[in-house]
This record gives sequence, structure tokens and C-alpha cells, in this order.
Amino acid sequence: MSITKAGTWVEIQQVVLSPAERAPSVPEDTKKVPYVMRVSGFLLEDAQIGQTTRIKTIIGRELEGELITVNPHYAHSFGNIVPEILTIGTDEETL
Amino acid sequence: MTQRDNSYAAVMARKNEIMKTSTGIDYNTYAQSAIAFDYEKMMADTGYTHEEIARIQSETKVGNTPLYELRNLTAAVRRISPPGKGATILLKDEAANASGSFKARRASVSVFEAAQKGYKGVIAATSGNYGAAVASQAVQRGLKCIVIQEVYDSRGVGQPEIIEKGRKCEAYGAEVIKLTVGPELFYIHLLTLEQTGFFNSSLYTPFAVKGVETLGIEIAHQVQERYNRKPDAVIVTHAGGGNLTGTARGLLAAGCADTRVVACSVDLSGLHMASDTDFNKKSFTTGHTGFGVPFATWPDRADVPRNAARSLRYMDEYQLVTQGEVFYVTELLTKLEGIERGPAGNTSLTAAIAMARQMDEDQIVVVQETEYTGAGKHHNSQLSFARENGIEVRRGDPSENFPGKSIVIPENLSQVMGRPQDMIQLRQSYLKNAAKQLPVASWSEADVQFLAEDLKTDPQWIRSQMGSMTGE
Repeated sequence: MSITKAGTWVEIQQVVLSPAERAPSVPEDTKKVPYVMRVSGFLLEDAQIGQTTRIKTIIGRELEGELITVNPHYAHSFGNIVPEILTIGTDEETL
Repeated sequence: MTQRDNSYAAVMARKNEIMKTSTGIDYNTYAQSAIAFDYEKMMADTGYTHEEIARIQSETKVGNTPLYELRNLTAAVRRISPPGKGATILLKDEAANASGSFKARRASVSVFEAAQKGYKGVIAATSGNYGAAVASQAVQRGLKCIVIQEVYDSRGVGQPEIIEKGRKCEAYGAEVIKLTVGPELFYIHLLTLEQTGFFNSSLYTPFAVKGVETLGIEIAHQVQERYNRKPDAVIVTHAGGGNLTGTARGLLAAGCADTRVVACSVDLSGLHMASDTDFNKKSFTTGHTGFGVPFATWPDRADVPRNAARSLRYMDEYQLVTQGEVFYVTELLTKLEGIERGPAGNTSLTAAIAMARQMDEDQIVVVQETEYTGAGKHHNSQLSFARENGIEVRRGDPSENFPGKSIVIPENLSQVMGRPQDMIQLRQSYLKNAAKQLPVASWSEADVQFLAEDLKTDPQWIRSQMGSMTGE
């Protein structure tokens, strides 16, 4: 497995609460899954995916967690075409 | 130094102490009972006048946003209305604020206060535009910022709109703590406040709500200046209640006592807000009934002990709209008015269209916000995501919308109807929640007075309800 160098922008994950520790008020489906947190930051030591490691966040806080993503990026978009809305407000349909 | 107990129960038990340290407000000084508290004193004690707030906001690119007349949409509404009907629809373009929404007003005073009091940073717990607003204000005031956001279901999947909101916070240099579904967000919020000593830039402090008052004042002045009258109705997209409360207080401060204040939410009834499986079945991340109804009927469920956002205190009507109606109107705004805006303002625009049809031509209805739009935060993104998650998307009669199962986009403007909620039922629901805090038999005169004010009603009505609640 490849080593990610200290200083790389990464995302870590931490299980905050196990299913058994979840708040009493949560519905049944939510109670079955752990409560998980993810934060991005600069890796403080060389590490591998899946390893517990430490990061420094963009505001300088140090946090610990499992390394899950190297160079995390945003890929959200405008989605696939939704033909149903194309003609709204055009001459193709009457208001 | 001994290690603090950071277990869920231990941190929750330190809630009041953490809140006092992180807001600088001792909420106990306003409490009169488990129900009543001195709301106006709490608001006044912020110490900020409207002139000071306007000055603070102008320093950080907030306020004085344009008010547009939607000429083509108004004309379209008149064509489908009875003769003489079809009010002029105005739109307050709050997307022009730094960070792209009215939430900049809400963040501005809060972040200013944090800087004045010497906090090194601010924390906001929110999945909405508020995070970006706090981050944008914090960077301008030289403070660090942490945003705590509910982003993912247990598969690690988040709605495009929420992903975009997180991106925007990071763009302004904030640390974003991204969480899976659940109310335990509050636990992380408390723990992070305690660990950092940062200011709790809650949506629900008096500072946050005071910041929105300038929005109501600007609307009153702009309408007066241009139309030489007061707005007949102002429609507010409603979730936690701060938008409605602040705007209404501003309108009142500017002399608009007769302006109808109308809440509007997207109807998502049937979907559980803390459910891991329901999380990605909704196509709106806020401005919906999942927040709007619980916060209206019990404001003190927020992240501060006494919520400054108290919507039923100011609400005259509450309109519900379907997801499909809002998507239709969003597309119409784009195609007829030549502006693309995000879902929040388009929710109240949908109700405004439904209401304008019933109102006289010489009347004025104001949609009091817009928000920015872009990748993820766009109706096409949300509809595409809905379809990928097994939700049916089609054109038809919007009354066939079924939250979590189908999105039915109207075939024509006449089908944009909205649906009013029963205000009496909402007030009764609030009273039932109040009774959970303090049994009805123990309600004092001060409680009755407070409840009457908090529900925009009179003490006689409260007493008549008390009788039926105790079975007398």
C-alpha cells in the first residue's frame, strides 16, 4: 500500500458514537449505524489509507482519525438533464 | 490537570455552562418560569441600535440589497387571476449579500460581537447558508471559524446542495466538521465549543435575530419610496424562525403594523428528520416543514436555552408548498425574469404567486429573500439526485406530490396553489409543548401573558385552551 507524505491535504474519519452509544431519541434505522465525523486537513505524519493518523485543519487545529481520502475534492454538479423542466416558461407551453 | 469526561452524557450535562461561556449571555437572568422569560429585555440587552447594526453590516458587505419588481411574473399571474386581482410581486435580492444569502445579516452582528468580546474564533452548527455566512463574516473580522454540518447518510452520500454548502464554508477558510445524520450534532457542537473556547455563533441568539431586523426595515423603506405605500404582505421562507422573526420585527420598527407576515415552507410531512434512510429522500435541505413546524410550535428546542427566533409571535399565516411547485416556479423565475436564484427564496416566491392571485392589483406582496445558485445548489441538481435515489419525477397535478416518493411539477401556473396551514392548530400544538415543560395547572398569570404574546393572541384564548387541556 502506498504511503501518503506528511503535508498532503487529506480527509480523516472518526467514529464519534457507536450504535450502542447513540442518543435515545434517534429513530430505529439511525440507531443501527455509528455516528461518524469527517474533517479535512494537512497530514502531520506519513500515513497509509485506513491508518489512524493526525491532521492539522485549515484553522490550525490538530485532530486524529482514520485516513480515508487523499486530496479530497468536490465533484458535485448540475446533475443529469431533467427534460421535464426544459420547456417551462417557453413558448412550448402555455402558462 | 484532570481529563474532562467527554462522553455524550457528561458533555450534554455541561450544556448550560458551555452556553454561558460561549455566548456571553446568562440566560437565567431572563427566565421567569420554565415557560416565561423576558424576551424584549433579552433582545434589548444586546445593546445594538438599528443604526449601529446597519453600520456594522455595511463594513462587511451586508445589506442595502436591491428590491426588484417581477414584471413578467406579475403579468403572468394577472392573466390567470380574476379581473382586478393579481398583486405586484417584489423580490428582495438577498443573494447580493457577502456569501450569497440573507444569512449574512444573521451572522454579521454575531461575529462582530465575538470580535468585540475578544473571542479568537466562532462556531456555527448548521447545514445551511448560515455556515458560509459566518465563515465569510469571520474572515472579514479576522476570526477563525468552524462549521459543524450534517452532510452524509451512513453510506457517505450527501445531497448535492449540502455538499455545495460545505464547499462554500471551506472556500472562506473555515474548518468544516462533516457529520452523518443525527441530533448528536449538538454534542459535537458543545464539545468543540468547550475545546476551542470559541464564540457560539448560534442562529438563535439575540445577535443573530437582531441582524435580520434591517431586512424588514429596508423592505419598508424601499416599498414606501417607490410605491408610496406599505407592503400588504411579506412572505418569508420559514425553517428555524429567525428569518421571519427578524424581518417582522424590522417591519414593525419601520411602522408596518398592518403588513401581513406570511411564513412559507416546503411540505415534507411524513419524512423523519433524524432518519438515516429518509435523509436523502428530500429534495430540500431547509425551508421545509421538518424544521418549520417543530421550531414554530416549540422554539426552545434550539442550541441556546432561550431562542430569540420566535416565529408564532409574529406570524399571521403559514403557507405550505410542494417540492414540485417550487421547482416549477424556480424555472419560471429563470425563464421569465432572467435571473437564476437558489431554492430558499423560490419557496416563498411560490407562496407569493398563490397569494397574489387572491390579492387586488394595487396591492404589493414582497418575497423577502433570494439566495445564490450554482453547481449542487440548483433545482436540476436536486431533481437529478432525486431521480437517482428512486424518487419519481414527472409533470402533473402538484397535489399528487408525495414527499420521499414523488415530485410532481405543475403543468401550468394555475396549478401553483399552495395550501394554508391551520394557525389555531399550530398554536394548540405549541401549548401542548409548553405543558411538557410545566403542567398546565402550574401556569401563572405571567405564563399566560407570555404565551399570549408568544402566540400573537390574547390571554383569554390561552385560558380557554387551558380548560380543555386539563379536561375542565
